[in-house]
Amino acid sequence: MSQSLDAYLAVSGILFAIGTFGFLARRNAISMLMSIELMLNAVNLTIVSFGAFIPALNGTASVIALMVMAVAAAEATVGLAIVMAIYRNRRTPLVDEYDAMRQ
Amino acid sequence: MPIPDTVPVLGISWGDVLFLVLAAVMLGSALLVVTLRDIIRCGLAMIVAFGALAGIYVLLGAPLVAAAQVLVYIGAIAVLILFAVMLTQAKNAPARLVFQAQALPAAIAAIVLAVMIGLTASATDWGAATKRIATGTDALARLMFNAYVLPFEVVSVLLLMAVIGGIYLARREGREA
Repeated sequence: MSQSLDAYLAVSGILFAIGTFGFLARRNAISMLMSIELMLNAVNLTIVSFGAFIPALNGTASVIALMVMAVAAAEATVGLAIVMAIYRNRRTPLVDEYDAMRQ
Repeated sequence: MPIPDTVPVLGISWGDVLFLVLAAVMLGSALLVVTLRDIIRCGLAMIVAFGALAGIYVLLGAPLVAAAQVLVYIGAIAVLILFAVMLTQAKNAPARLVFQAQALPAAIAAIVLAVMIGLTASATDWGAATKRIATGTDALARLMFNAYVLPFEVVSVLLLMAVIGGIYLARREGREA
């Protein structure tokens, strides 16, 4: 089981679906950012498992995974700064109360 | 005393047992991340999920990616998120309504998505080897600093831009930085 690509792909597919659910269903902006991190991790797991099972992709997959991690760190920095800036103005972390553009 | 090739009672290999345990821990704590009410506990469950994923990377023969996972995700991103939680969660925050009204359709969509990904991945012939290939750290370093040195530099510039942008966004208005 640990020697077949399909098992790793299935695990990462389930992880991605859990992240999708969290992003769509949670009200708290920081919970939504956590769900995005879960989805990015699922994609990274897919990339690394392709690299481990397809010989032509062996080293390249790890390089791509490290790049994805760096971009995820940048995304978390900017995303959390945006959440903090909105929180200072609206005094709430709940995304369904950010309705200034709807009024 | 030599370790036997398979797990004594279960009769399956050690790699399979490790994979099952790590995948169960990772998926279980990921479910806790999206369902727990207390957001601090969500963050702690996220750290557990990242750690189990680092174990899966080791199992896949990518030790450098596993080390970067621990350093970047557990050491930096999780701590950053926990800081943001402590700065934005008021004591009187509503704890009852964690989910949006669209939570049930979102759950159905997520289950459909997981089934679709699973079916597609298992139905496709990826031309995969039947055995894992480990990635040596020295080979990875040669690849990264020869063929991929330009993306590496671009990523460092991107990180610098993100840091400056983060400071600018988080700065308080009306006061000189």
